[in-house]
Amino acid sequence: MTTNSSSNAGPSHKAVEAGVTTVIGLFGVLVIFGSLKAGIKWGAEGPGAGFFPFYIGLFIVGSSLINLWTGLREDEGNLFAEWGQLRQVLSVVIPTTIYVGAMPFIGLYVASFVFIAWFMRWLGKYNWLTVALVSLGMPFVTYILFERWFLVPLPKGPLENLLGL
Amino acid sequence: MEEILNLFQGFAIALQPFNIMVMILGIVLGVVIGVLPGLGGANGVAILLPLTFSMPPTSAIIMLSCIYWGALFGGAITSILFNIPGEPWSVATTFDGYPMAQQGKAGEALTAAFTSSFVGAFFAVVMITLVAPLVATLALRFGPAEKFAVYFLAFCSFVGLSKEPPFKTIAAMMIGFALAAVGLDSVTGSLRLTFGFTELLNGFDFLIAVIGLFGIGEILLTMEEGLAFRGGKAKINLSVVLQTWKELPRYWVTSLRSCVIGCWMGITPAGATPASFMSYGIAKRVSPKGANFGKGEIEGVIAPETAAHAAGTAALLPMLSLGVPGSPTAAVLLGGLLIWGLQPGPLLFVEQKEFVWGLIASMYLGNLVGLIVVLTCVPVFAAILRIPFSIIAPLILVLCAIGAYSVHNSTFDVAMMLVFGVIGYGLKKTGYPLAPLVLAIVLGDKAEEAFRQSLLGSQGSLGIFFSNGLVSTIMILGLIALFWSVIQEGYTRLRTRAATA
Repeated sequence: MTTNSSSNAGPSHKAVEAGVTTVIGLFGVLVIFGSLKAGIKWGAEGPGAGFFPFYIGLFIVGSSLINLWTGLREDEGNLFAEWGQLRQVLSVVIPTTIYVGAMPFIGLYVASFVFIAWFMRWLGKYNWLTVALVSLGMPFVTYILFERWFLVPLPKGPLENLLGL
Repeated sequence: MEEILNLFQGFAIALQPFNIMVMILGIVLGVVIGVLPGLGGANGVAILLPLTFSMPPTSAIIMLSCIYWGALFGGAITSILFNIPGEPWSVATTFDGYPMAQQGKAGEALTAAFTSSFVGAFFAVVMITLVAPLVATLALRFGPAEKFAVYFLAFCSFVGLSKEPPFKTIAAMMIGFALAAVGLDSVTGSLRLTFGFTELLNGFDFLIAVIGLFGIGEILLTMEEGLAFRGGKAKINLSVVLQTWKELPRYWVTSLRSCVIGCWMGITPAGATPASFMSYGIAKRVSPKGANFGKGEIEGVIAPETAAHAAGTAALLPMLSLGVPGSPTAAVLLGGLLIWGLQPGPLLFVEQKEFVWGLIASMYLGNLVGLIVVLTCVPVFAAILRIPFSIIAPLILVLCAIGAYSVHNSTFDVAMMLVFGVIGYGLKKTGYPLAPLVLAIVLGDKAEEAFRQSLLGSQGSLGIFFSNGLVSTIMILGLIALFWSVIQEGYTRLRTRAATA
């Protein structure tokens, strides 16, 4: 991490890349572990269930080690992203997580309405009329298009049950 | 000339009113997808796939492939007008397209781009029409070892031809294979890599991965740049179009070369993106106006656009005849085929003639319809681009969620999509290519099955992959592709040494 306190400070590209590569390597170790548990030996039907993924895991670990090595030899100084940019990204990730988490309970339509309205009002600073038009319009169009025309059911919550949809 | 007869029957199918309607709808949706940031071809097709479940398979694939053509066209609009490549394969188009637009020649650049796209695609479809039956007959001789060799070639081409560091490509690819392996093992019927989570019984669906990695990941990347969005205007009228068309035949050599490059890169699954870069690079080196490239040379628009479209179209040949998709979008289309119960491969040409030739005929018509639609509707599509991102972004996120949910009617998938989105953001920022990852998820199970069946036949000896002429040729091609950059480097080093000596 850079300790630079100017306005365009942020985590260094090198550090983040090393982190990502390490996580991938650990994922490889997990794959190897899981494959060993599934059995990599030959059985009656030929190679066991873990045979193929075992080597895949070895490849992941191997290439991650090489990537880590080449990554660490790169020059310092490039930023991964500025903190402000990362805040922007998080301002999407966090509400989307809440949106996805709420969907099984309140249904897709209500969740989408709240999500779009929040996004436009909070990040886009639109007036309430535009917000209402888009955030109500989208679920409505979705309902017509998916449930009515293409007969694809989407998750519904208490409100839809109340309306008898 | 049985093929010609088949093709005409195909036209009869594609020209049915319902199919024409579906075609136009697909093109328009595709261009919208191509124009909007965060909705790529692969992702767009994945989201809209569930909509086609209730259609007959031929109409469904016509609609989906037209979405794909539309997305290819759409990418050019944003690159030229706003210097924003809507799709990775239109990055090379920005080099000369955007300078042209700045000089007030946006109309010329767009006309050149669309026409070249059409030419490239047309060339590739003719190639598919002629070659597909041959490939299909050849493919009938394929056993598990040959099948694995084709997968091997596909993945090696990715490593050798991609712009990213080879070990990052390998790592990304292997993650895809590992994810594909999760769940029920189709050969032994035992569970693996689920670590006790029942949700993982069926493994990871690649559609969810595509929507997350490409859709959500792209939105997050765009968010980094902030919500500001540069607007622009585009005018295109008939006289500009006609004038540009008069000019274009002068560049027939560039076009033809780009077509060939595109077809080759599309069949060996390198895909449209490297094809466009390669074609641009060669045109720059060969053209007498080479020094002018990057400053608004029309040839610099023709070369990448022709190659990208030729590659994008040619990618469907290995998908149909061998079941190996040449691009992520082709992989999603392949997934669609499997859902409709059509098994791609040589037998498809024998058992599902109507479907195959209907699709090929729709490629001819779809590209023609596409050319007309984009030439007439540029101002409309450019207007879409002026809608602020803070409205577009939540709508796209909701669309992604709907798409992910409707694959299996499961909210767990929606959560997985978000996880894939964050992973995609991280991987993309650190230079890991996503296309091989997705292809590996799609093909992982089949590649593994072919590998294990071959080894079973040979009692574990790897010699089976070099046991006859056909399989050895494919394997050696694969190895050449794998070490392509090393070979190329060695060659240039040899040449410079010879020149200095």
